[in-house]
Amino acid sequence: MHAEKESVLTGIHFINGDTACCEGLLAAGAKFAAGYPITPSTEVVERFAQRAPTVGGLFIQMEDELAASITLQGMVWAGQKSFTVTSGPGYSLMMEHIGYAAMTETPCVFVDVQRGGPSTGLPTLPAQGDMMQARFGSHGDYSTISLVPNSPQECFDLSVTAMNLAEKFRVPVMFMMDECVGHMTEKVVIPPAEEIEVQPRRRTSKPPDEYLAYEVGEDLVPEMAHAGEGYGLYITGLTHDKKGYPLMNPKQQRELIPRLFEKISRAADELTIVEADGVEGADVVVVSYGITSRVAMRAVHLAREKGLKVGSLRLICVWPFPEKLIRQLAPKVKALIMPELNMGQVVIELERCSGGKTNVVSLPHPGGTVHDPLVILEAIERGAQ
Amino acid sequence: MSTLIEPTALTNPVERVLRNDRIPTIWCPGCGIGTTVNSFAYALMASGADLKKTAIVSGIGCSGRVSGYVQLDSFHTTHGRAIPFATGLKLANPELTVVVYSGDGDLTSIGGNHLIHAARRNMDLLVVCVNNMIYAMTGGQAAATTPGAATSTTTPYGSFEPELNIPQLVDAAGACYVARWTAFHVKQLEKSMTEALKKKGFRFIEVLSPCPTLYGRRNGYADGLAQMKEYKELAKVKNGAPTYEVAITTGKPIIVGKFVDRDRPDYLTLMRSQLGAHYHEIAEAGVGCGDDSEGKEGCCSC
Repeated sequence: MHAEKESVLTGIHFINGDTACCEGLLAAGAKFAAGYPITPSTEVVERFAQRAPTVGGLFIQMEDELAASITLQGMVWAGQKSFTVTSGPGYSLMMEHIGYAAMTETPCVFVDVQRGGPSTGLPTLPAQGDMMQARFGSHGDYSTISLVPNSPQECFDLSVTAMNLAEKFRVPVMFMMDECVGHMTEKVVIPPAEEIEVQPRRRTSKPPDEYLAYEVGEDLVPEMAHAGEGYGLYITGLTHDKKGYPLMNPKQQRELIPRLFEKISRAADELTIVEADGVEGADVVVVSYGITSRVAMRAVHLAREKGLKVGSLRLICVWPFPEKLIRQLAPKVKALIMPELNMGQVVIELERCSGGKTNVVSLPHPGGTVHDPLVILEAIERGAQ
Repeated sequence: MSTLIEPTALTNPVERVLRNDRIPTIWCPGCGIGTTVNSFAYALMASGADLKKTAIVSGIGCSGRVSGYVQLDSFHTTHGRAIPFATGLKLANPELTVVVYSGDGDLTSIGGNHLIHAARRNMDLLVVCVNNMIYAMTGGQAAATTPGAATSTTTPYGSFEPELNIPQLVDAAGACYVARWTAFHVKQLEKSMTEALKKKGFRFIEVLSPCPTLYGRRNGYADGLAQMKEYKELAKVKNGAPTYEVAITTGKPIIVGKFVDRDRPDYLTLMRSQLGAHYHEIAEAGVGCGDDSEGKEGCCSC
């Protein structure tokens, strides 16, 4: 299925990442969204508030992020594609409903334009400190997908992917931007609608009397029906059976929760989304994501000028973590270097998956600005020895 | 020989709007929630609402389970957030009749902010608030609605804060229909619910309900019936009473009736009138089923 023509602003634009993200979500079919203003994410919903009515949709500014993060799920169960946008403090408030979306298998996108934290932190400056929160933030245990763009162009392209993956796997997808990527203005090419692949809602073709809301097939993802279609849905955040009815016992918990993990882990290869540059035959590989990958690339170029064999592996999909790829790569290199705008979050996974087969170097940074490329260069030089 | 009526031949008229495979309910003997649901079921049938286009949304708590016993599209959401979820449903599909059915703790305390703002927006929702004056599901802790003199597990010496006057709150915030009844007033409640179901805008009905297990037995009521008797004795119907005069005070008359019934444009009506030509109606097919094969007009019937 392709994007709808009226939702796609085909052309060459000079726009920032927040704006591009909004355009991407529109192109992906989202006409409805709920939000609450927070720097540095607000431009996304400002843009959407202007654009949505022109495509028959609407934006509602709710009274807080708790409300926004569940209003969007009402929109989804009414048959629409929807998302919300926030930054750190708001993202914390949304955690409960990320869990609700995971439990009820509500396809939606949560955009987090990361800023320095904890607490109010650095409202206008970048960080990547919410990466573990994206993975584990809501209570209980669940599995979702987190994508991390590193340019306004990718804010467009990848937000389409985010919505597509949400629909395909029926999970909340975390779109983990940061202040730099959100506010940087660059050329963004928006292709014609017919060139944009859009994953439609996985709707059931069964009549109401044969339909079970949480019956799954081969790929473990149930098919959806919406409110108002005569299916008499029963959707709950309680542990539930195939009908959606509450069934709270260890047996049902075992039936439901591992499936929520497996529907993602089964698609590990498809969800290994990386950009590799000179990784084959490299002595040292810099592993990074988001804005940090652009700084890392500068360091990689400087190192190559010095004759070092260094590669760059950019994680575009951070969660699920590309475990297989790292397990294969680790024994082949002297060092894996991971700069991130936090005190060392994703590097924990990098180290785990490396299994002691290489030297994993963490380059933490508390945020507020980006790394000095020379710090990464120095780590590359040490790692190559 | 006497004639026995075959029990299987008997059906309760409300069965067609209930999920009979979910009954018996989780509610205690003497609880009033089920009584309010009975009134609601009759109201649903009397209102002529298209049940296939009606959704019911609850939060968490004993009353939060109501959504799961009614044969509609049922959404049991998170604690306090039934109203914003219902808001999303209504906005994305204006054809739906959306009812929020939840408890006092859920709607007025943890969800109090959403209650205020939905009333302010005049979101086209009917909110039924079962007020049992206690957090019952968690074992009888004080709520914002627990009368000051009453004791609870977290206020063993009585509460030191005045209880919330819910009708006054939603009235002040702009609700266009506000009523209060008790689990004793089943016919009045049914009538009020029927009327509210037919009205547009933010409509709010508070229903006082006995909670013998977690409120009554700690506060001098032998059982649910004792609380019902009190409702009967203390209730005074005062339609149109100013909502600032309807606070519930222990031992004083319980003012019930329809307090507010006014008209003002709801959110979607205002939006459409202000956006005018800029607003394109939502495509009927919604997101579509994904079947984009050529030669078909619009979305296929799935």
